[in-house]
Amino acid sequence: MATVLERVTKVIVDRLGVEESEVKLEASFTGDLGADSLDVVELVMELEDEFDMEISDEDAENMSTVGDAVKYIESKQ
Amino acid sequence: MSISLAGKTFVIMGVANKRSIAWGIARSLDQSGARLIFTYAGERFEKSVRDLVATLDGNHELVLPCDVTSDEDVEKCFTSIKEQVGTIHGLAHCIAFAKTEELAGDFSDTSRDGFLLAQNISAYSLTIISKYAKPLMAEGGSIVALTYIGGERVMPNYNVMGVAKASLEMSVRYLAADLGKHNIRVNAISSGPIRTLSAKGISDFNTILHEIEEKAPLHRNTTPEEVGDTAVFLFSEMSRGITGETIHVDSGYHVL
Repeated sequence: MATVLERVTKVIVDRLGVEESEVKLEASFTGDLGADSLDVVELVMELEDEFDMEISDEDAENMSTVGDAVKYIESKQ
Repeated sequence: MSISLAGKTFVIMGVANKRSIAWGIARSLDQSGARLIFTYAGERFEKSVRDLVATLDGNHELVLPCDVTSDEDVEKCFTSIKEQVGTIHGLAHCIAFAKTEELAGDFSDTSRDGFLLAQNISAYSLTIISKYAKPLMAEGGSIVALTYIGGERVMPNYNVMGVAKASLEMSVRYLAADLGKHNIRVNAISSGPIRTLSAKGISDFNTILHEIEEKAPLHRNTTPEEVGDTAVFLFSEMSRGITGETIHVDSGYHVL
């Protein structure tokens, strides 16, 4: 069973077309991974599908790094 | 669900990604054997549209840019379609835009800029597109636009887009009156809320989806496939007596 980080990494690599090695916990979506605002919305939707969960607008706004997303998802499982 | 549209050509405007309602329409049309032409808004969406089109059964090679805020761009796009395919039989208008900050809070705070932007992209575009598509519909045609119940009555946070959809729905009726003499029909599909990239811009969208499951007569949310199949009906001869109509594909929510 893949870990939350592994699954989040795969979603990010597929969505943003970045290298797996770039997806570090401290990497920010818009700064380090080159996502624009629409990419971030798409990413949140992909994560909702991958983890079969709903991420509220407020929670999504507070997720700026890979680590934020992993921590949030782990806290909801 | 097996209406054949083999030998017919349709233009689909507004695919952003796999979740787009426009993509649901594209898949239904592809299954019906139609030839498809896609337009996208801005380079950002080109790759996404091309990658998706490659997954369809049919061979739909024409993928063109079209910025609907520019008269010249719309003219250029349809000139290009005319040169490459000659005749088209229908068009799906799946285009809308508003500033995210104006899809939340009070409608009375809408800016003049934001109001005009939403009207320009989401409503006026249908008129200019119909003007340039008309000469390509020499064998008659069917134009389908997408709307939402927020264009008929107040829905939370839909705000400036609701007013733009009201404008779009009325444009459908005036265009139907104009184009009927050319055997071109113009209709709208009022879809229930669907989890698309655009919809996610509406504040608190997940709550809207829950309300449909709870209250709509069919107690389920609308799928892009349901809208796609209704579009195929509107594009086919089965609907030849229908124009100027708004069909609700919304699990019956509009009766409440």
